[in-house]
Amino acid sequence: MARDERLSAPVARDVAEQASEAVDLDALELDSPALRELKESGVKLAVPLVSQGELIGVLNLGHRLSEQDYSSDDRKLLDNLAAQAAPALRVGQLVREQEAEAMMRQRFEQELEVARLIQQNFLPKELPELPGWQIAAYYHPAREVGGDFYDVIALSDGRVGFVVGDVTDKGVPAALVMSATRSVLRASAQRLIEPGVVLECVNDHLCPDMPAKMFVTCLYGVLDPQSGHLRFANAGHDLPYVKTADGVVELRARGMPLGLMPGMAYEEKEMTLELGDSVLLHSDGVVEAHDPERNMFGFPRLKETVGDAPGGQELIDRVLRDLAEFTGAGAEQEDDITMVALQRSPAASSAPVSPNGRVLADFELPSTPGNERKAIELVESAVADLGLASARLERLKTAVGEATMNAMEHGNEHDPARPVLIKVLHSGDRLRVRVTDEGDADELGEAEIPDLLAKLEGRQKPRGWGLFLIKEMVDEAHVTNEDGHTLELVMHLEGGGDGDS
Amino acid sequence: MAIHELQVAVRERDGVVVIDLTGDVNSSAETALNRAYAEAVSGGAAAVALNFEAADYINSTGIALIVGLLVQARASGIEVKAFGLPSHYREIFEITRLADFMTITDTEERAMGATEGNDDA
Repeated sequence: MARDERLSAPVARDVAEQASEAVDLDALELDSPALRELKESGVKLAVPLVSQGELIGVLNLGHRLSEQDYSSDDRKLLDNLAAQAAPALRVGQLVREQEAEAMMRQRFEQELEVARLIQQNFLPKELPELPGWQIAAYYHPAREVGGDFYDVIALSDGRVGFVVGDVTDKGVPAALVMSATRSVLRASAQRLIEPGVVLECVNDHLCPDMPAKMFVTCLYGVLDPQSGHLRFANAGHDLPYVKTADGVVELRARGMPLGLMPGMAYEEKEMTLELGDSVLLHSDGVVEAHDPERNMFGFPRLKETVGDAPGGQELIDRVLRDLAEFTGAGAEQEDDITMVALQRSPAASSAPVSPNGRVLADFELPSTPGNERKAIELVESAVADLGLASARLERLKTAVGEATMNAMEHGNEHDPARPVLIKVLHSGDRLRVRVTDEGDADELGEAEIPDLLAKLEGRQKPRGWGLFLIKEMVDEAHVTNEDGHTLELVMHLEGGGDGDS
Repeated sequence: MAIHELQVAVRERDGVVVIDLTGDVNSSAETALNRAYAEAVSGGAAAVALNFEAADYINSTGIALIVGLLVQARASGIEVKAFGLPSHYREIFEITRLADFMTITDTEERAMGATEGNDDA
């Protein structure tokens, strides 16, 4: 006999709790429905089972078979029995509770595993390769899997669709809605051209079957890789950032999350990504991460990182590094984190092979002061895959900046109409950056070797460090005059130069 | 990597005038840097410390500006210190021998204490 449900009736419980021994129900005169019910079902004697002061059950006994009343011996026997049985029963109850809890936990873990499987199954296995573009993606579910997803869809006309979305809720329900959204979106994307219309269509498909209190935020953009033209619409998702030559901007377009209400319209916006521009699509797991003091990572930090980092994989790595620093070591990830980074590389679109190796970048900049920063940035992102040690990358960046400044100032006399041409070439263990201006100098120029003491004593002007720095920073520097005046900077890629200190 | 025109702030600490440099130390920094130096020495400071912790880009023109400051400082017997340089720019200060003519430390605390030579931390 386990716990008796009828014990929950207050009177019966009170009686049992106050009694430390068997209670004769016929002797009780209480106006209690519970008592009446017990009596009607033939119970004569109630023996409480008490363990450590807690009532854990009652032995209810009917009439003796002999129809005689229970004797005091009987009652003593029953009391003894109850005293022995109660602790054993309690142990049994505890074991069963723990088993049930373990089963729940196991079921929960299994559910998480299922959610994870669904989610992973619906994420792209590989990203399309677009000449002239770098695409990178990152997805990492929180322990309690959320509903993040992303997709990169190759469309039939050569354009490419980019999706980042987030289903409210977690676990299997979110994973199922995510997979449905992704499938409908894929189908609509192939059929329809305008991203706003695609979201409209997905929303109308999702609405009828959407579980209550669930919805999906989603950004969908379509890129023409040839022109860099990007059209996008947004269903309530966090705004992507775009880094352009003029700074970092948000891609804003209005629209309600998917699955809330049918018949919604989605605003459509467009922009053109220029050479070197980079885009970051992200989910709220990034900006809503907390540090140990419960401060949020926030949009401004993310925006700054987008502005500081080259695009593509390096941008994603940089965001992850910043996040790890912010949340502190060993912090558990609170929500799914998803990022898709897209960069129009400064490289010529098909990366042709020239006699000097693979062309990693080939661009020109007007001779406007400040453009050396642009040159540094474009070269940095062009050589991102070469694995240059960071100290050597910094040296190359300084050399490129100085070479570009020299070319703009001395070669092109800061005439914006006269561009500086920069070409980045990679072959074997040599990285060459060629900076060409329209000047006619056939030497490295700046004949005077800067001597700091002479400068401090006024025997030399304070300026004149550019060429000196260039020669110190790179492994080789040469001047050629094949097509215009070219300064070639060479870095040795394996164990070369002055070490990676 | 947008261009960040140099912002300067001048403050005093333990008898040293600290010039906090935020942004790019390049040609656009000339006016701000010279004005900050003039302000820093106007009170008769014996030492000026340049804080590079928030300087994100230094080019050859920036080096020349710092040389210019050193010329002025030497003329008036003022010690120049620098701290907070990222390792790459510290290397450049060494290559250009700027490090031989100014006390370079990693942190502001060390800059306040140090008067001779450079720490190698």
